[in-house]
Amino acid sequence: MDYDSQQQKPGAESTAAGYDPNYVPDSVKSFVVHMYRHIREKNVYEIHQMYETSFQSISDRFFKDSPWPSVDAVAVYVDNDHVFCLLYREMWFRHLYARHSPTLKQRIDSWDNYCSLFQVVLHGVVNMQLPNQWLWDMVDEFVYQFQSFCQYRAKMKSKTEQEITLLRQYDQAWNVYGVLNFLQALVEKSTIIQILEQEKEGLVQFTATDGYDYNGGSNVLKVLGYFSMIGLLRVHCLLGDYHTGLKCLQPIDISQQGVYISVIGSHITTIYHYGFASLMLRRYVDAIREFNKILLYIYKTKQYHQKSPQYEQILKKNEQMYALLAISLSLCPQVMLVEETVNSQLREKYGDKMLRMQRGDDEGFALYDELFSYACPKFITPSAPSYEEPLVNYNQDAYRLQLKLFLYEVKQQQLLSGVRTFLKVYSTISLGKLATYMEVDEPTLRTILMTYKHKTHAVDSNGKITSNADLNFYIDDDMIRVVESKPAKRYGDYFLRQIVKLEGVISDVDRIKLE
Amino acid sequence: MGREIVSSTPNQKQQPSAMSYTVEQLVSVNPYNPDILPDLENYVNEQVSSQTYSLSANLCLLRLYQFVPERMSTQIVARILIKALMAMPAPDFSLCLFLIPERVQMEEQFKTLIVLSHYLETARFRQFWDEAAKSRHIVDAIPGFEQAIQAYAIHVLSLTYQRVPRSVLAEAINIEGLSLDKFIEHQVANSGWAIEKGQLIILPSNEFNHPELKKSTVDGVPLEHIARIFPILG
Repeated sequence: MDYDSQQQKPGAESTAAGYDPNYVPDSVKSFVVHMYRHIREKNVYEIHQMYETSFQSISDRFFKDSPWPSVDAVAVYVDNDHVFCLLYREMWFRHLYARHSPTLKQRIDSWDNYCSLFQVVLHGVVNMQLPNQWLWDMVDEFVYQFQSFCQYRAKMKSKTEQEITLLRQYDQAWNVYGVLNFLQALVEKSTIIQILEQEKEGLVQFTATDGYDYNGGSNVLKVLGYFSMIGLLRVHCLLGDYHTGLKCLQPIDISQQGVYISVIGSHITTIYHYGFASLMLRRYVDAIREFNKILLYIYKTKQYHQKSPQYEQILKKNEQMYALLAISLSLCPQVMLVEETVNSQLREKYGDKMLRMQRGDDEGFALYDELFSYACPKFITPSAPSYEEPLVNYNQDAYRLQLKLFLYEVKQQQLLSGVRTFLKVYSTISLGKLATYMEVDEPTLRTILMTYKHKTHAVDSNGKITSNADLNFYIDDDMIRVVESKPAKRYGDYFLRQIVKLEGVISDVDRIKLE
Repeated sequence: MGREIVSSTPNQKQQPSAMSYTVEQLVSVNPYNPDILPDLENYVNEQVSSQTYSLSANLCLLRLYQFVPERMSTQIVARILIKALMAMPAPDFSLCLFLIPERVQMEEQFKTLIVLSHYLETARFRQFWDEAAKSRHIVDAIPGFEQAIQAYAIHVLSLTYQRVPRSVLAEAINIEGLSLDKFIEHQVANSGWAIEKGQLIILPSNEFNHPELKKSTVDGVPLEHIARIFPILG
């Protein structure tokens, strides 16, 4: 979500002229009244409908260029209900962020609103049942606004005196400790990790009911806690801390069905960050496998999301994940891990680029840079600037560092594609002969072959060595012996599909009546 | 990665000392609390002196430095990075670099460490030992450094070779002559190495230098895929 590319000057109202925060159109009145009633009656289905559909259509009709009415103006229609007003403001800000540029003051106010909302949830006084989609959006938006704030703050050059004063005065707003501790507190207070453990032993139900509570309880804390683990994964990726990010996700077993799949946005965010972190940790096979699965899933289901407000976002992440898959496969050419549909999409989008990336020359190097920059998360610098020093922009620093270190890795592997090409065509070759072909001396060739072994063998979280190698060889004294691993052609897949297709054709033919 | 649990390098054992226990707990209870920063710094020094290692605790410290850059101690960061080098083949060194601001990485001592890591990552052991010899003042302060790198070199050799020439081994672990004889003797007695014709060392077999030991994965078709055509077959 990059909707705040241009920042507004403070003072210049980000809202359209003529916006009256106190004017409440009838449709809004009806919206809040019904929403409030459905929430009190715990009618998740209706809440979901209003949240997904009505909110969008009213926004499109009345609030394309201006924010929704202020919370004070609608409070009278909902008994001044404290929690409902917090929820309303959360949506109010989300709508503002999506369609306009928030001012600094608005960013700070939104932070305050999240604090109040999460405090209420953490104190366990919320007795509602809210749709997973909405709860996911809260966590997602919370992290997004944090990221957006860090980007905004890092553009110091264009800041006015007034903004700097505000930034110093409200230094707790979107503070990184605050953000991480809220997410952590939601995880802990919800006891979601224990719940997932107990579920494995059949003691409680969570996944089976998609996190909903059908015994009169509330799902809000539990599901917010669940999604907060994904929020933590994302924040840690934004900070470049991939190891810790994956650790935060660990309680969720992504090889299984889970509540994270129940909302497409959550599903995509989880796998995108999991895959990206794995890529940075050199666990290419893990990255390829998960990207393959979700890209296939999106391919098959995206038509159902066409009308969803998240559709654009789904398509964008889809493209980014193809780019990350292209990178992973260029570094670790294990195409047989990729399903045919995904593979043909990939060839269409990146086939040419992937060929050039595997050449290991400067042009290929530039393509790694291009794809990484396009597909990486929006890295952030979490610390506040020193306001005393001359003001400089540092919003690109974090991105540049991650890019540089990634390209460093690519550079270390650049000779590997050359050696791959030769090893594919020989079953036995002496070091001396291969060295001549590759135009290097023998000691250098030995280092290249060892680098290949090192880079293709990942150490997993238990310290166990797993092979990501696409071809197997060993050196015996000064002979290289390649052990042929049969190219696993996906005959099974192919024939199955053809059988189904043929059956379809035959039944079509059967239906034709000849005169 | 995982080195805090599995002690696969002989010189970086995880000792369940009272101190490490409390620090590990501190980290798991307060992963985002700047108050534990001094404890974590002390813990880095303790890891150095007691030859233990905790990636999680060190990443936690680097993360806190990232949040409050003015409290960063470059001496501690250098020690973390050297410990991370010693954890190779795990990617810990990169994991740490991802969290260290670029302007800090420009300092001379870090540039040296980055070069050292580069040589290890690309298995250029000759260059590595030459460079390390020039930087004695950095690495000598860390007990067990040489042994850890030698263990990594042997790991890479074992992935690659069935039989490795003595000279290649000597270069990789930077040991020669009589000391090398002794070293090999020790490995023959304890780790299943064997010597052939004096100049070739047979490394123990594993599924990486004897790929045929790996279970062959047949191109199977999962049942659920077959299930798709059941209606047609029926």
